[in-house]
Amino acid sequence: MAQFLEALVNGISLGSLYAIIALGYSMVYGIAKMLNFAHGDVIMVGGFAVFILMVSNGWQPLLAVIAAMFICTVLGMLIERLAYKPLRGAPSLAVLITAIGVSYFLQNAAQLLWGANPKFFTILDYGNLTVHIGDSQFNISIGKLLSVAVSVAIMVGLSLFTGKTRIGKSMRAVSEDRGAAQLMGINVNATIAITFAIGSALAAVAGAMLVGVYGVQLSPTTGAMPGIKAFTAAVFGGIGSIPGAMIGGILIGLIEILVGTFVSTDLKDALTFAVLIVMLVAKPTGLLGKPMREKV
Amino acid sequence: MTQSVKRHSETVMVPFPSDAIVPARDLGKRPVLEARHLGIQFGGLKAVDDFNLTVGPTEIAGLIGPNGAGKTTVFNLLTKVYEPTQGTVLLDGHDTKGLDVTHTARLGVARTFQNIRLFDKMTVEENVRIGLHNKIQYGMVSGILRLPGYWKKERQQHERAMELLRIFNMQDQADAVSGSLPYGAQRRLEILRALATEPKLLLLDEPAAGMNPHETEELMDTIIRIRDQFQIAIMLIEHDMRLVMGICEGICVLNFGQIIAKGTAEEIQNNPVVVEAYLGKQKGAGE
Ligand SMILES: Nc1ncnc2c1ncn2[C@@H]1O[C@H](COP(=O)(O)OP(=O)(O)OP(=O)(O)O)[C@@H](O)[C@H]1O
Ligand SMILES: [Mg+2]
Repeated sequence: MAQFLEALVNGISLGSLYAIIALGYSMVYGIAKMLNFAHGDVIMVGGFAVFILMVSNGWQPLLAVIAAMFICTVLGMLIERLAYKPLRGAPSLAVLITAIGVSYFLQNAAQLLWGANPKFFTILDYGNLTVHIGDSQFNISIGKLLSVAVSVAIMVGLSLFTGKTRIGKSMRAVSEDRGAAQLMGINVNATIAITFAIGSALAAVAGAMLVGVYGVQLSPTTGAMPGIKAFTAAVFGGIGSIPGAMIGGILIGLIEILVGTFVSTDLKDALTFAVLIVMLVAKPTGLLGKPMREKV
Repeated sequence: MTQSVKRHSETVMVPFPSDAIVPARDLGKRPVLEARHLGIQFGGLKAVDDFNLTVGPTEIAGLIGPNGAGKTTVFNLLTKVYEPTQGTVLLDGHDTKGLDVTHTARLGVARTFQNIRLFDKMTVEENVRIGLHNKIQYGMVSGILRLPGYWKKERQQHERAMELLRIFNMQDQADAVSGSLPYGAQRRLEILRALATEPKLLLLDEPAAGMNPHETEELMDTIIRIRDQFQIAIMLIEHDMRLVMGICEGICVLNFGQIIAKGTAEEIQNNPVVVEAYLGKQKGAGE
């Protein structure tokens, strides 16, 4: 029982991290209608930024995270402006290949800048919370609880942003019908740029959590695996849907930890993706995704 | 109700650019739209060719023609959905050459679509406010941080949206998801969404499609009311000849991408070329 509860808490915590990353994939897909495969590598850059600022420059954690968010926002907007914007209207395959190219570019740039050797980051220890249930007990890392709280705050904030603000509504309009949105005077380029900015800032937060809370080792390919898992989560929840990304993220995190705890650590990734495949066969648009209606 | 739908017999011909028709009250005022030698080619097909039209600032103009004549394509050219391969479009005196859709829209042209394109997942009020948003520009920072300003703007926009919804008596449906509305209501909402951008020229692509005679009658009244209240020009594509002949002051007939006639309702109805190309054909097709 204690083991199950502990796995549940860890699953939700990991899942909320995936959810933040999945939001980046899903928002960009919904609004720019492209898969930004470089998103995972922006996470890696965010992780390095936090690492360097804290370890080499001795910055406070919060300041370092805010600076990393700024760096990743600028990076995300640059990527969009230089690599994707010129391809607006190009076949989606061309955009996809460009995104893969940007991903490799970022990984190689990181290797040049920071080397290929993994860096460990074990500075943050917020301690543990011990929970007693009957005669058994288990520990919850406060860092992980904190990361869940941050994720929830981000999700609430994003829902308010897209629901209540002018830019958020423009984003929803562009995501539903780009042509009609333009004809209403909405600046689609600016809307897409803002979407990349938000997604990249979230990637920085995710990068900070990965290295600071989950103790993932930092290397140029650090972002790849969480990136692909979060992408899975976005598809699982219904790509393009913000609540879908959140639910998908949590579910993928839960499945991964539960399988890892009770079935086999070696099988956790394989089974996670197997669940995705079953899901997509049963409901191709994902949990909350709506069937695409072509409007001409 | 029908009595308020008045014919505009004072429409006259003015010598610009060649055979433009604008209502007498718009004479001497800057036209809201001037299309000069406008054309576009798709592959080998000249979908629109040498299209010349002048629309006065408070005119209700009609664009008619058989299926596939190029009417919707003209709207796509005027709104820059397609960049013309020939000719120019002046909106309120501004050359739109090289402008994208967004910036052309901001010059004061708004439209509806033949196949409705509302933001289906958004509410009725949100659809209207999407239009308002891009007229009342306030920055992201003030939108997020200057909360008192934000709430004031929110309230202003809510009131403005409700005002617009009252035009079609839709204020009670403000919170409905627009995709769930009946077809006729969606058409009306699309007109309001376009109107929210405060256009100088409102383009309606088959606004009466799918409406019953009674609804069409009401729509005719409302189109005139909108023109009178907002003092804007309205150009509409419509197959319902009762509507076109009833409210359009100047009518332009398109066939195979070319203008075959321009004139008042009487002139068009009595033009043998039009009867041959359009009205005859339509009867023959049993439409
Ligand atoms: N993007 C495009 N590519 C190729 N051909 C096009 C395109 N858009 C329109 N056409 C062609 O141009 C012609 C005019 O089409 P358009 O939609 O403007 O007609 P319409 O007068 O609006 O007809 P309807 O009354 O049926 O709506 C048609 O032959 C159509 O197939
Ligand atoms: Mg048409």
